[in-house]
Amino acid sequence: MSAVVLGERVPVGGAGRRSIGWWGLVTLIATEGALFAYLLFSYYYVFVQLGPSWLPERTPSLGLALPNTLILLASSATVWLAERGVRRGARGVALASLAATLVLGVVFTAIQIFEWKTKPYSMRSGAYGSMYFTITGFHMAHVAAGIVALALVFVWCAAGYLDRERHVPMLIGAAYWHFVDVVWLFVFATFYLVPRLW
Amino acid sequence: MMPASVAARIVAASASAAEPLSYLRAYGPRADRTLPLTWALLVVSIAVVVTICVLVVVALVRSRANVQSATGDGRAVAWVYVGVAASSFLLAGTLVWTVRVLATVNAPSQPVGLTIEVTGEQWWWKVRYLDADPSRTVTTANEIHITTGTPVRVQLVGADVIHSFWVPALAGKTDTVPGQVNTTWIEASQPGRYRGQCTEYCGVQHAHMGFEVVAETPDAFARWLDAQIAPAAAAATPDAQRGEQAFEFRCGACHTVRGTAAGGSTAPDLTHLMSRQTIAAAAAPNEPAMLAAWMANPQAIKPGNHMPTLQLSGAELGEIEAYLLTLH
Amino acid sequence: MSTVLPAAFDSAAVAEDVLEETWRTEPGLIGWLGSVDHKEIGKRYLVTSFLFLVAGGLEALYMRVQLAKPDQQVLTPEQYDQLFSMHGMTMIFLYALPVLSGFSNYLWPLLFGSRDMAFPRLNAASYWTYLAAGLFMYAGFALGQGPNDGWFNYVPYAERDFNPGLNMDFYALGMIFLGVSTTVGAVNFVVTFLRMRAPGMSIEKVPIMTWGTLTASIANILVVPAVSLAFFLLWLDRQAGTHFFDVDGGGQPLLWQHLFWMFGHPWVYAIVLPAIGMTSEGLQALCRRPLVCFELVALATVATMVLGFGVWVHHMFATGLPALALSFFSGASIIIAVPSVVAIFAWIATIWSGRPNRTTAFLFFVSVIVLFVIGGVSGVMTGSVPLDWQLTDTYFVVAHLHYVLIGINLFAVVGGLYFWFPKMTGRLLDERLGRWNFWTMFVGFNLAFLPMHVTGLLGMPRRIYTYPAGYGWDTLNLVTSVGSFVFAVGVLLLLVNIARGLRSGAPAGANPWDAPTLEWSVPSPPPSYNFATIPIIASRHPLWEPVTAADGERSRLRTELVLTEGRETLATSALDAELDLVVKMPGDTLSPFVLTVGLSAGFVGLLLGAAWLVVAGALLTAAATIAWLWPRRELAQVAGAPR
Ligand code: HEA
Ligand code: HEA
Ligand code: HEC
Ligand code: CUA
Ligand SMILES: [Cu+2]
Repeated sequence: MSAVVLGERVPVGGAGRRSIGWWGLVTLIATEGALFAYLLFSYYYVFVQLGPSWLPERTPSLGLALPNTLILLASSATVWLAERGVRRGARGVALASLAATLVLGVVFTAIQIFEWKTKPYSMRSGAYGSMYFTITGFHMAHVAAGIVALALVFVWCAAGYLDRERHVPMLIGAAYWHFVDVVWLFVFATFYLVPRLW
Repeated sequence: MMPASVAARIVAASASAAEPLSYLRAYGPRADRTLPLTWALLVVSIAVVVTICVLVVVALVRSRANVQSATGDGRAVAWVYVGVAASSFLLAGTLVWTVRVLATVNAPSQPVGLTIEVTGEQWWWKVRYLDADPSRTVTTANEIHITTGTPVRVQLVGADVIHSFWVPALAGKTDTVPGQVNTTWIEASQPGRYRGQCTEYCGVQHAHMGFEVVAETPDAFARWLDAQIAPAAAAATPDAQRGEQAFEFRCGACHTVRGTAAGGSTAPDLTHLMSRQTIAAAAAPNEPAMLAAWMANPQAIKPGNHMPTLQLSGAELGEIEAYLLTLH
Repeated sequence: MSTVLPAAFDSAAVAEDVLEETWRTEPGLIGWLGSVDHKEIGKRYLVTSFLFLVAGGLEALYMRVQLAKPDQQVLTPEQYDQLFSMHGMTMIFLYALPVLSGFSNYLWPLLFGSRDMAFPRLNAASYWTYLAAGLFMYAGFALGQGPNDGWFNYVPYAERDFNPGLNMDFYALGMIFLGVSTTVGAVNFVVTFLRMRAPGMSIEKVPIMTWGTLTASIANILVVPAVSLAFFLLWLDRQAGTHFFDVDGGGQPLLWQHLFWMFGHPWVYAIVLPAIGMTSEGLQALCRRPLVCFELVALATVATMVLGFGVWVHHMFATGLPALALSFFSGASIIIAVPSVVAIFAWIATIWSGRPNRTTAFLFFVSVIVLFVIGGVSGVMTGSVPLDWQLTDTYFVVAHLHYVLIGINLFAVVGGLYFWFPKMTGRLLDERLGRWNFWTMFVGFNLAFLPMHVTGLLGMPRRIYTYPAGYGWDTLNLVTSVGSFVFAVGVLLLLVNIARGLRSGAPAGANPWDAPTLEWSVPSPPPSYNFATIPIIASRHPLWEPVTAADGERSRLRTELVLTEGRETLATSALDAELDLVVKMPGDTLSPFVLTVGLSAGFVGLLLGAAWLVVAGALLTAAATIAWLWPRRELAQVAGAPR
């Protein structure tokens, strides 16, 4: 019986990255990642068919988008701190960092909505506008979902559900948040940087 | 008049009329080059199926008097490898042949004679003969005339929804896709009428979106084209004259008859309607009775098509019909 | 937070009482709606998908009446268009994958030596959303607003300009809804495969049939988003005025085709690979020998899927793409046959060198081989570009798709029913009626669909509601229609046999076929907790040891792993299946059902443009999700939970 040594101590239930929930998250990220890949594929497909003249502006303003990107990256750092706090049993640090993450997430969303208002094109004005608002909209919906998820984690953390050993929700929430941030980098590059190459 | 030999060949070609959309007979170089591949793959496929069936049956019925419980894979593995190797060999052959045929049929090997622009519309075909001289550019519908012996370039323009252009005796399918122009080519070796059909589902009357390709000798084609370029002759009889006026009023918003005020572009050009053998995209023969029935109630003949039932009075109907019959 | 596994053996009988008490589903409606038992969910999947099969079949029969003779007017064009669209959609989406999910849901934990799937509640949610999405799409049909643009729904015909009714909105929203079901189901299969195997069942000992569903599920995780997205963009085009597919605003009709077929081709493999796995499993048991070239067959399954991601353009050969691209996808489509060849020859070799037990199930599995080859070779023909330019969109393709779909999916499924029905119900199906069932289906099927190849070669386009006489199609179509009805009688015989089997079938016993895998080690039907003790596995065919195992490889079915502290089972490491974790499994709960109600309300709201309903549905969905995810002490999710 090589595989099983009886009398061995075996962890029970949600135990970090061994937990079943964590594995579920990995598959969720795979499918969500694919979703964004198809979104960006759609964008680039139309781009390739119609050429750079399709772009409404070659140098879209970075005035809002770049700071916003930094805000989102900063929120990845704070969520990392929160996770570390939970792991080390420092609940105060964890709660403070989570709160910071939530604030950064909300600020990101607010700036994004503001930027939407500044755009000269709309969902209906043409394929470019449809792509822009749908793709950034999909991303924003994911940010919103992440905010709800992390708010729950905050509540659970505050209620004392999470400790050094039982903290799968924190792991999952943080990983999801990082994923949403990474996706943004692709979205950002697509809409703000790539057009500059033409 | 048509030489007897040509007539005989038309009859020969329409022998295919028993199965007008069959692609197991080819009447032009493009289809000719695909046909051997078709037959070869059919034969290989049937041979593969028969072989597998035989193997399965033998495996089922063979004597097992001295078979013990096999546990390891034993010699069976070797046979699996043999099967995989043999199949791979056949598949590789298929692949090579496919690419070679693709290279020969993708573009014509001779210079192109004629360029025709074909637009798929729900549920009929607009056909334009392009010419550097705009006065010799002409529009017709549903019946495409070509010359024999030279490749014809067909530019497929997408309009409303996707359709697919197919003349099985001459060439495979190419879609007409809105927003893009696809180019294909056809060539007929012999004069004849070749049935074509829309093969991409395009709505309720996808079934009745046919057309015909009429291949003619260059002389006959030139005569046909000159006749098409000419505007419609003025109506001669009083009936037909009243018909013309009614036509301009009732039908002219959609249909064009060159030489009259009827200039609509959303429906087949009727300038030389009577030169065509079918109406409504090969859905019905072009006979006076059928024409009358069509005008009276196109929805009965082709339910759902885009020509409305116009509630014409009996007199109007007769006059317009009389007029249409003059459009040679 | 760990438990000491008992070194001594508990009294099995006592344990079984406790286990039954912990795992059983409460009687009554609430219990029924809240059940998370994978066997219950599996059976629901099977029953529901068969109902959809009958619905889709009746739609097909109706079409065959119309097509039996030229120029018939049994159906109007619009009715015919909805029928073939509903038929294709039903069969492909509501029958073919769900029926396989039914088998996999029922069987996987039993095959793996586990007490349930990795995510029991997600499993329930996956079933409820499947049912709701199916009903949603059928609601449109019932209202005369069913999808009418074929199952692949090309734009721009699906756009509002050409298709103003609600037809496409039912289809678009319904498909997004169904995508939720497929995705969560796939996630569950993947994690179950990786984590829920009995200790010792390392990756090379996994039963062959699970490879198919694993591969299909991984593919679904990666490709379902493409189709959900495509339908969502279509819905936006229709209802929000965007321009993804319409040319006037710069949209691209072919973008739809790419997104659809990037999903669609992997999907057609996803709906046969699990069935191919069932065929392998059944043939090895009924030939009383291990599957020949086991590893190679598993590898071929994976290879088919990997190549399957790269052939989607073969559905678009006529769209005017450059020849170079066509050659590439043509080549890939031809090469993809190689892994199939491996399976075909491995099966033949297994029969050849085995001692077949010629049951009805066996007949069905053997027929899969033959029908697969017929459907496969016609696939290779369409894979050849110049030839496909002739074949595409004719009845030749219709013949191809029915040979592969019915041949590899339905015949394998019926074989699977004859094979596993005894396990699920404790009763055998009648073998005599089974013979009649098999031969009627086999003869009827070939009578209907073999001549269809010729109809195609004679140029009959698909999706035409009627055809004129004199094209050489008349007799062929009549034969096809007759064959279809014979085939339907065969399906009816199956249903009769099932009904009789449920009432008066002979008792099956635990292992009527002397099959090698773990599900046959437990009673038929299995108890709610599956295994009184989690087995420890040492070889690929635990019930055939010692014949098929090396010396010293002895699996143990009675072990010390009783696990009675609430719903518990084991998780093991992904490759070596080393004991890793005691998993606390959730009990029955209404959250998945409530979540589905919320989603349904949301989708109906979107359909009707009723914002309040959308908001209400979203809130209900969110509430159900939060209740579901709330950390629980009894699941050991909370700090200081019992260890
Ligand atoms: C159910 C699953 C399924 C499966 C398994 C397959 C298997 C294959 N399919 Fe099929 N296909 C469909 C379902 C499936 N298909 C459907 C539903 C459609 C229609 C969609 C629609 O338009 O509605 C379709 C359409 C379709 C097309 C588009 C046709 C068109 O619209 O023009 C093509 C083109 O390449 C194709 C190719 C193939 C190939 C090459 C295989 C290969 O995987 C087959 C491999 C197997 C074998 C070849 C048999 C075993 C081999 C041997 C014994 C060796 C010797 C063989 C030779 C030498 C030939 N399929
Ligand atoms: C798994 C998939 C599957 C299955 C099983 C079938 C089964 C059948 N299919 Fe279908 N078919 C498709 C998948 C499938 N099909 C797809 C994907 C398309 C393409 C759609 C498109 O173009 O968009 C298609 C298209 C299609 C067409 C082409 C339509 C067209 O292009 O115009 C036709 C025409 O003959 C057809 C016929 C049939 C027939 C006769 C059956 C028969 O096998 C049906 C047999 C009958 C039954 C299974 C019912 C049995 C029920 C009873 C006997 C009644 C019992 C009653 C009670 C108990 C109350 N199918
Ligand atoms: C609203 C537009 C509209 C009006 C008005 C209209 N038609 Fe049409 N007509 C069409 C369309 C569209 C078709 C093509 C139908 C098809 O084949 O699907 C057609 C086809 C025809 C054809 C067959 C042409 C061919 O070569 O296949 C004839 C003949 C015809 N119309 C005559 C008339 C006459 C005569 C009138 C007036 C009394 C008329 N139409 C008024 C739209 C119209
Ligand atoms: Cu046009 Cu079909
Ligand atoms: Cu495919």
